[in-house]
Amino acid sequence: MLILNTVLPERSRAAAESKGSHRRGFDSAPAALRSARTEKRFFRDRIAATKPFVFALCLLPLALLAWDTWHGALGTDPVAQLEHRSGDWALRLLLATLAITPLRRLTGWNKAIRFRRMLGLFAFFYVTVHLTIYLVVDLGGFWSQLLTEIAKRPYITVGFTAWLLLIPLALTSTNAMMRRLGRNWQRLHKLVYAIGVLAVLHFLWLVKADHREPAIYLGVLMVLLLLRLPKFAAQHRQTATALPPQKK
Amino acid sequence: MHRSFRDGIVPSTITSEPVYRRRREVLQLLGLGAIGLATGCRSETSSDAPAPTETIPGKKLNIGRRLDTSGGEAQTRYKDATHYNNYYEFGTSKGDPAANSGGFHAQPWSVEIAGHAEVTGRFTLEDILKPHALEERIYRMRCVEAWSMVIPWVGISLGDLLKRFKPTAQAKYVAFTTVNRPAEMPGLSYPVLDWPYREGLRIDEAMHPLAILATGMYGHELPNQNGAPLRLVVPWKYGYKGIKAIVKIEFTESQPKTTWNQAGPEEYGFYSNVNPDVDHPRWSQKTERRIAGEGFSLLGNRIATKPFNGYAEQVASLYSGMDLRKYF
Repeated sequence: MLILNTVLPERSRAAAESKGSHRRGFDSAPAALRSARTEKRFFRDRIAATKPFVFALCLLPLALLAWDTWHGALGTDPVAQLEHRSGDWALRLLLATLAITPLRRLTGWNKAIRFRRMLGLFAFFYVTVHLTIYLVVDLGGFWSQLLTEIAKRPYITVGFTAWLLLIPLALTSTNAMMRRLGRNWQRLHKLVYAIGVLAVLHFLWLVKADHREPAIYLGVLMVLLLLRLPKFAAQHRQTATALPPQKK
Repeated sequence: MHRSFRDGIVPSTITSEPVYRRRREVLQLLGLGAIGLATGCRSETSSDAPAPTETIPGKKLNIGRRLDTSGGEAQTRYKDATHYNNYYEFGTSKGDPAANSGGFHAQPWSVEIAGHAEVTGRFTLEDILKPHALEERIYRMRCVEAWSMVIPWVGISLGDLLKRFKPTAQAKYVAFTTVNRPAEMPGLSYPVLDWPYREGLRIDEAMHPLAILATGMYGHELPNQNGAPLRLVVPWKYGYKGIKAIVKIEFTESQPKTTWNQAGPEEYGFYSNVNPDVDHPRWSQKTERRIAGEGFSLLGNRIATKPFNGYAEQVASLYSGMDLRKYF
């Protein structure tokens, strides 16, 4: 019956059911639930099934960037456009990564943690794309300028530092490394708070006069960091556990 | 820098306009036979105006003399020069001026002349321009944000105009003010700068033959987003010195307060001469990204920035004996 369930198309199974072959209790479940069960055979669970979509979604900004580059649709200063858009997405994904823990505490949706590594790695990916565009496309031919730029320009110094600090986090993001590092893994990955601050500073310091846009990112970062203060974190943990399980 | 560039240019609008290239070739040919002026720039007097292009809006202007200082460098496309602007009165994104300046009325226009001069008062734009023949000046334009363009301006010599008002001995500086029309300039609703925009020059800088007041570009009237109907162009200084939509010119005895200098005295000096040896505190001024030429190019846009934006031969003497690190 188990094999039949997997192999037989929906209609023949429904036909089998209508004939009254209720050998196992769950066979009488509604069709929607049954198809969810079928899915389980390909993915461990619903979160695992959602991951490829989130993955594709995270690649979408890069795909659009590539599309616009291919079609010469990056506007008057294509290099600046590439730098700004890759930087924007790096920062957004970094903040999304930082939003996972508060989201779990506020909503009690603990499974959100399972998207965190992917978001974090994509943040690192977009920072790397951003840096590569700056180095190869923008500074092209003037690389001798790079070292002075990193040393002398605070906004480049902090941006570059943020990228450097992300490297150990990306390298230790595997399950094996988590196991190997044990409690130190958490300590190491607290670096992400500093990286968040550096990334927002990088944006704030490169703006000439109109700070409204980086201020939005700063505001989001502040909220995400404040929610981690013991006072808030404890409160929310309490409310989360106090909720009846079915509301979670 | 103002960073975000979201002007939504669609690929179909980035059309190649070979006529610009052709016109430059014409100018170069003419330039071969020309004897260099005292300024050392290629120049030519010619009535052989290039054919108007359908794609450039605005009234076509009658140009007398032409001066091409680009040294054979490719010109920026009209589309790029008019859709990538810093004109915070219409918004701080590069595409905002083109998108938000449609409701701006550049006509009728008048300019107030004030301060230490024998002739002062309010003059209509027609009165201002009438005695002068329009000239085309192909200049490099270097933005303080480290990008640059090559733009064919049309305008009049600033010095020739100023002399008509007979400045007195007390006139040591010239101060300019932009129009202040919150109803037509949406950017004014946010105090990103201390409005209205103000700029200034020392009187000898203002009298220099390279300094012009532009009324047009690419052979046509200025579009609103480029500072219609009257703007300053001082090619050896950073772009923000080129104040737009001028409504007041005042001869002053002391150095006038200027908007960017007030916003960041450590970052934007009064002189603001293009200088690769004096960096902006936050970024390098040694090189620039050139926005010019046909088509789409990702690589090879960066070039070295020249002292006084390549006009040192003509203007360096204005600053002899001055410490350009102190008076940046």
